[in-house]
Amino acid sequence: MNIEQAMDVRQQRILAALENKNTSVYFDDALDNEMILNMGPQHPATHGVLRLLIKLDGETVAACIPELGYLHRGYEKLAENVSYHEFIPHTDRLDYLSPLMNNTAYVLAVEKLVGIEAPRRAQYIRTIISEMARISSHLLGIGALAMDVGALTVFTWTFREREKMYDIFELLTGARFTTSFTRIGGLAHDMTPEVITAVKEFIEQFPEKFNECITMLNTNRIFVERLDGVGVITREQAIAMGMSGPNIRAVGLKHDLRRTQPYLVYNELDFNIPVLNDGDCLARYYVRLNEVKESVKIVQQCLDKMPSGIVHANEPKKVLPRKEQIYTRMEELIHDFMLINFGVNPPVGEIYHAVEASKGELGFYIQSRGEGHPWRLKIRSPSFMNLQSTSQLVEGGMISDIVAVLGSLDPVMGEADK
Amino acid sequence: MLTTVVEKLKAQFPNSILGVREFRGETTVHVKKEDILNVCAFLRNDEAGLFNYCSDICGADAYTPENRFEIIYNLYSLSYKHRIRLKVFVDEADLHCPSVISVWPGANWPERETYDMFGIIFDGHDDLRRMYMPEEFEYFPLRKDFPMMGVPDSIPLPRK
Repeated sequence: MNIEQAMDVRQQRILAALENKNTSVYFDDALDNEMILNMGPQHPATHGVLRLLIKLDGETVAACIPELGYLHRGYEKLAENVSYHEFIPHTDRLDYLSPLMNNTAYVLAVEKLVGIEAPRRAQYIRTIISEMARISSHLLGIGALAMDVGALTVFTWTFREREKMYDIFELLTGARFTTSFTRIGGLAHDMTPEVITAVKEFIEQFPEKFNECITMLNTNRIFVERLDGVGVITREQAIAMGMSGPNIRAVGLKHDLRRTQPYLVYNELDFNIPVLNDGDCLARYYVRLNEVKESVKIVQQCLDKMPSGIVHANEPKKVLPRKEQIYTRMEELIHDFMLINFGVNPPVGEIYHAVEASKGELGFYIQSRGEGHPWRLKIRSPSFMNLQSTSQLVEGGMISDIVAVLGSLDPVMGEADK
Repeated sequence: MLTTVVEKLKAQFPNSILGVREFRGETTVHVKKEDILNVCAFLRNDEAGLFNYCSDICGADAYTPENRFEIIYNLYSLSYKHRIRLKVFVDEADLHCPSVISVWPGANWPERETYDMFGIIFDGHDDLRRMYMPEEFEYFPLRKDFPMMGVPDSIPLPRK
C-alpha cells in the first residue's frame, strides 16, 4: 500500500468514526430549517465573555438573546464594604480599556458627594488623561472592528499606537493598565515635565500615524461594504433603549455630556461633537474615528493652557496627605490615620454623577449614610445599556453581520458585567 | 425648569408624591409605588419635563423593618438637559413593583438587574430573568443580609 492509499484509508476511517457517533445531520434543504446557534462566551468576536444565543433561519438571524454575567465580580457589593479610597483600584477593572477615565469618573462622583473640588491643574491633568484614555479605547475599538470583519493589519497598527500610549501611562502612573491614578480631591501625584514632553511628542506624531490606519480602512471597499447599512437603529429606538456615547451620536443626536452637562474643564475648550445620521455600523465607526481627532485637539489645548500649581485640594480632612508629610508632621499623620481607618465620611445624601466615557454615559449613583464607605454604589455602565440593543440590531440581518454589529457597538464586558 | 416640573407633578398627582428632596443640586422625588407608571409616563410626555431618556434604574436595601427596599430611577431629558430622580419604596412583605418598560423600553435590563440583585418582581415585565447570577441561585446578593464572602455551596461547582 503506497502512501496515498494509506491516507485515503485513514480519511475513510475518520469519516466512519464521525458517522458512528451520530454527529451528522441531514436536511432535505439546509436553508429551510431553523437552527439554534450558541456564540460565546469564549468567542474572539464577542470582545470578552459575552454569550449570544442565536436562532437562525437559513443564514438570517431570526432571534438573538444576549447572556451576560460571565465576568460578574460583584463590584457593587464590594463597594459597600470598602472605603471610598479603597474602591479606586476597582474602577480600573470596569472598562479595562480606559482605566484612567473610570478613575476620573469615580472620583468626580465622590467629590460631588463630599462637596470638594480638585484644583485647576488637577482638573486639566484629568482632562488630558481622560482624552488619552478615549483615544486608546477608540483605537482598540476601531482596530478590533476591522479585525472582526477581516482586516487584520489595521489592528496591529492601532496597537502600535496604543503601545506608545501605554508607555506614557506607565511613566505617569507606574502601571500600564491598572493605573489607579486619581485620588479624592486630586491626583496620586503631579504630571512631571518628563511625562508632559512624552505626551507632546506622542500627540505630534499621532495624527499622521492615525491617518495611515484610517486611510487603509476608508479606502477599503470590502471593509466599507461590510459595514454600510448593516445593523441600523433609528433615532427613536436608540433613545428608547438608553444607548449612549458614539452609538447614539451615530443616529444624529448631538448628545455628549462633555457639552450638555460640562464637568472638568470641557467648557473652556474648543472641540466639536461628531454626529452622523445613518445609525448603521459605518456611522458608528466614523463617529469614533472623528472623536479621536477631536480628542487630539483637546489634549493639545490642555497642554497649552495647563496652569501650574498644586494638584491636591486643600481639604486636610478629606484629601489624603503627602507621604513625606505623614512621616515628618504630626497633624498630617493624624489625618492620614483618620482617613485610612474611618474614611472621608461624606454627609448623608445621594448623588448621581455621569461623565462621557469612551463607551458612553458612565455614571455613579452613590448613597451615603455619613459613613466611611458607601451605603449603596451603583455603576451605570454604558456597555451594559448599549448591549441591550444587540437583539434589535442583528435580528433580520445575516449571521456574518453579527460580528460587525458587535464590533461597532464596542462593548467591554468588564464594565457590562461589573 | 426643573422646579416647574416638580410643581406640575405635585399638582397632577397630589396623593402620590410623598416628598421632594434636594441635595447637591439634585432633585429626588419620592413616589407612591402604585402610581410610578403614571408618574413616569407623565414625566416622559410632559412639555416641561420631557424625560425621554432613562439613564438608570437600580435598587437599594435600606435594611429597615418597613419599606426595606428602594427602587431608584435616574432620568434625563435630552431636550432640556436636566436630570431628576424618582424613588419608590418596596416593602419586604410585598416585593412587587410596576414595570416601566412600556414607558422606556431600555428599562428592560436595569429592571432585570434589580430583580437579580434584590429580588424585586416587576409586574408587567415579560422577560424577568436573572441578569448576572445563575438561574438556580437562590439568594439576592446585594441585599444587606447577604454576606460579602458569599454563601458556601450556593453556586454548585462542576463535578470533577
